[in-house]
Amino acid sequence: MSNLALLFDTPALALQLVVDGVLVGAIFALVAYGMALVWGVTNVINVAQGELVMLGGYVVYYLDRYGVSPVFGLPFAAVALYIVGWILYRLAVFRVVNGDLFTSLLATFGLSILLQQLMNQIFGADIRSVQADLGSFFLAGGLVTVAKVKLLAFAMALAVGAGLVLFLKRSRLGQAIRATSQNARAARILGVDTHRVYAATFALNAAICGAAGGLVAMTWIIHPYLGLTYTVRSFMIIVVAGLGNIGTVLASGCGLGVAENAAGFILGTEYETAFVFALLVAILVGRNLVLARQRRYLK
Amino acid sequence: MNHRSYRQLALAAAALCLATAAPAQTTKTEGGTIVLGAAVSLTGKYSTNGKNTQDGYNLAVERINEMGGVKVEGKTYKLEVKYYDDESTSARGAQLAERLINQDHVQFVLGPYSSGLTKAIAPVTEKYKIPMVEGNGADRGLFKQGDKYLFAVLNTSDYYLRSAIQLAAQEAKKMGKDPKTMKVAIAIENDDFSQDVRDGVEEDAKKLGMHVVIDDKLPPDINDMSATLAKVKALKPDILVVSGHEKGAVLAVRQVAEQRVYVPMLALTHCDSAQIAEKYRDAAEYAVCGSQWDRHLAYKDKWFGTAEQYAERFQKRFNYEPPYQAAESSAAVLTFADAIQRAGSLDPKKVRDALAKTDLTTFYGPIKFDNTGKNIAKSMVLYQVLNGDYKMVAPTQWAEAKIVYPAPTWDKRMASTASASKR
Repeated sequence: MSNLALLFDTPALALQLVVDGVLVGAIFALVAYGMALVWGVTNVINVAQGELVMLGGYVVYYLDRYGVSPVFGLPFAAVALYIVGWILYRLAVFRVVNGDLFTSLLATFGLSILLQQLMNQIFGADIRSVQADLGSFFLAGGLVTVAKVKLLAFAMALAVGAGLVLFLKRSRLGQAIRATSQNARAARILGVDTHRVYAATFALNAAICGAAGGLVAMTWIIHPYLGLTYTVRSFMIIVVAGLGNIGTVLASGCGLGVAENAAGFILGTEYETAFVFALLVAILVGRNLVLARQRRYLK
Repeated sequence: MNHRSYRQLALAAAALCLATAAPAQTTKTEGGTIVLGAAVSLTGKYSTNGKNTQDGYNLAVERINEMGGVKVEGKTYKLEVKYYDDESTSARGAQLAERLINQDHVQFVLGPYSSGLTKAIAPVTEKYKIPMVEGNGADRGLFKQGDKYLFAVLNTSDYYLRSAIQLAAQEAKKMGKDPKTMKVAIAIENDDFSQDVRDGVEEDAKKLGMHVVIDDKLPPDINDMSATLAKVKALKPDILVVSGHEKGAVLAVRQVAEQRVYVPMLALTHCDSAQIAEKYRDAAEYAVCGSQWDRHLAYKDKWFGTAEQYAERFQKRFNYEPPYQAAESSAAVLTFADAIQRAGSLDPKKVRDALAKTDLTTFYGPIKFDNTGKNIAKSMVLYQVLNGDYKMVAPTQWAEAKIVYPAPTWDKRMASTASASKR
């Protein structure tokens, strides 16, 4: 536990872990919110979520190679992925909407493998990253560094999130999406073309992932096999935060980021993922206890 | 036609196939060609290195054939490689090795890419007593199984960064610092190969009396090592060792620079294949990297000439600089050719015995196997990234540059690049 002592000796390090965790947590939250959206509206758990992130990363990477700054590359990635999402929906996902959960898991799992191998064929397995070359801020005499690229990613994640909320609240399509998620049958009766709504939702989710993927390429690295980590993280964030509320999704995303960093520091990187999953189990058990008590009162 | 006559026809066809296949089995070479079998990762996560491996094999085979082929009992044979794609998965690799031996009747096997796949294939070649020469499985564990038919031309992975530790200790001593006061931080991926790298580093650090202050195992899906780097910042080690294939090298270089983590020596593996100097310029400067081979080494052979000539030939043929993964693959083919010629026979057992007695110098380095099948004659190369280029700093007899240790602090580096850009 000498690492824990270290943390108490130099509190600045704890600040570093929290800052890093919160900044990257916003990116996780973005991906998770997209997943929650699709899950809530179409009842499909999209296992190919991480692969959409990866695709977005490649779009930004290639634009960057042709001289488009990654900051401007992000909207391109979003648009490109919107189209990809629409195509994927029309080709495969529409068959499993509102069907058995197992079928949709299987179908999107298949999509994820397909996309992985396809990208591996096209781009190769090399590790790539976009150099934004933005530098860092230094606090506490250099003990705490805040990479500007992470700050930018955080700001963009917030901006995309806010835009999304506005879109869902204000626009016609957004309202249709919400109506369909509340009661698809009633929405159909009232003249909402639910299949178009499903397609738009899936495409919208892909666009969100595309933007997030661009952020991933800027802050870390991308390669054809990075998808699963993001899918699993999104799933976890949603399990904790529930579907629907972007505020709680953001909070649990940032919480996950901080928890990962803290566990990596104190226990060592090898326990990072294990710790987070243990935390998930603890949260689920705790929740179940609370819910059980509530059920008792209801009787 | 009814069902029964269909079945009879099928049986007849099968019998015909067997009849024609049988003689091929006994001659095992097709009209003056010796077929080497290889399952290589052409798709999947190792596809880049798998291609390097394949290109390395092909270049050596082409060169040997160009020079007349392999002479056995007065008859010359051309070499040919039968490839399969193992999709970067061990189970598939083992399956394909069975197929190469049982269906294609290959009598000699070239190794796949990576320690994991070599580990999957070695038991198969061992079972059928088919010699395998490999150049891409460096895990020490491979040579602890008592395999008699496995030969590796490369250094085992525990040697990748031993020389970095030794060099740092030497330089520290020169500056009047006792190596016993030095601290080492280790962040190495949790797979067999990388953990072997770690064991080598730890053994040498212990021998020199250094303290290992951080010993993190990076998960295979690592994409952020800032938690480890925060620890490095607090504990200020003299050496930070990071190994996790290309991913590890890229992440370390990127995040160390981004977080301005200062260490006198940053030691890595897989720098050249990750192209850190080319892609990350200033961030990669002064990083030290272990490598199996370098084109500036002074080794020579009758097939390719010098290492430099090999590199030129490779570049002309495939349009990229040969990474060491390609060089060691070529060396594996040369080793086979040499052994078959010395054995004077195509019998796998005799070739195996000839392989065990190999004493060969190639453009890749000297090759001589101990009784576990690993090459004990060659030493590792250590690079340092200097002015955006990989310069060999060890072994000292071929060094192109003197190692810069300790590396300048980030403030100094920033100041020098700022003044350089002003000029």
